[in-house]
Amino acid sequence: MLELISQSPIVAALVALGGMALVFGAALGFAAVKFKLEGDPLVAQIDALLPQTQCGQCGYPGCRPYAQAISEGDAINKCPPGGQATINALANLLAVPAPALDAEHGVEKTVKTVAYIREDECIGCTKCIQACPVDAILGAAKLMHTVIADECTGCDLCVEPCPVDCIDMLPVPTPLADWRWPAPPPPQQLWQSGSLIATDRPLGTTSP
Amino acid sequence: MQEFAVILLSATLVNNFVLVQFLGLCPFMGVSNKLETAIGMASATTFVLTLAAVSSYMVNTWILLPLGLEYLRTIAFILVIAVVVQFTKMFIEKTSPLLHRVLGVFLPLITTNCAVLGVALQNTAKVRSFMEASLYGLGAALGFSLVLILFSAMRERLAVADVPAPFRGAAIAMITAGLMSLAFMGFGGLV
Repeated sequence: MLELISQSPIVAALVALGGMALVFGAALGFAAVKFKLEGDPLVAQIDALLPQTQCGQCGYPGCRPYAQAISEGDAINKCPPGGQATINALANLLAVPAPALDAEHGVEKTVKTVAYIREDECIGCTKCIQACPVDAILGAAKLMHTVIADECTGCDLCVEPCPVDCIDMLPVPTPLADWRWPAPPPPQQLWQSGSLIATDRPLGTTSP
Repeated sequence: MQEFAVILLSATLVNNFVLVQFLGLCPFMGVSNKLETAIGMASATTFVLTLAAVSSYMVNTWILLPLGLEYLRTIAFILVIAVVVQFTKMFIEKTSPLLHRVLGVFLPLITTNCAVLGVALQNTAKVRSFMEASLYGLGAALGFSLVLILFSAMRERLAVADVPAPFRGAAIAMITAGLMSLAFMGFGGLV
């Protein structure tokens, strides 16, 4: 066998190249298993930063489709529930400048809210159940509905379809364990209201 | 020890692959718009170049030469390079999806980067030891990275400079590359 290879150049060439191709193919196959990708990792990273309200205010059916769209070059400022914090995190991940929230898609809420159905006014039309992206509304046709407060993401999508306007968006009460002092207003605002210590005035302004 | 340093210095500066031998100009022009991209490309190419130099040397000495198959060099080296690049692509795709997206088509195009094949062929043209061959590959990679990063830093500044209208974009980049090449001629005779 060895004699045949060294005697005939064509066989030697075939064996050498074929052997190399086999070895490299095995190495690449091993690497393909070792570095196997689960989905598109960039989409997964973006999706992890989105608030998962599935509210559709960005114009996509949910957070993951919007993450897909961002990875294909869509604007990152279409998510009102996430607000500026999410935009900054996305800009940081994608190494692009952070724009302000696009007002066309809604405004950022200052307080977290949750939907509440005034149950004696509910006529049981199930329209809010169909609108809810996270299935947080419980009920059946012609029977009263109610909201599972823990599941509600506060996306406002159920308010519009209600024919009798019996859904309110109530602020989520802060339990004692989570309570913090409210953050002070920005210096510019304090300065205008005249309640700031003189040395704390913003740069470039004079005393009022 | 000294001859190793000479080989490294010669491959990096004196016989710089891009600016003196004019190999690998395609990524040099294509991926030098942003400094961060250039750094990513430089590290990917460094990895590929060094690994390709080592493995093509091994293929040449242990497979091609004993069997008298020197005429298969080019095709065998291309095979080696393609495998190394594919491996690098998988690795980057897994570890840094963003860099993978930014490098885009230029990552698989390292396969056809003539600097990579150039290193492998030049290593066989001169009789070198294993250590010398790998150092030559590393030196070439360092030289490529140095020039690519310098050039992209310059282009970032050129983008905001007040360039006369006919020279904007690619034209001023070509002129800059030419001037850099002239500057690198100054290293001639260093070793």
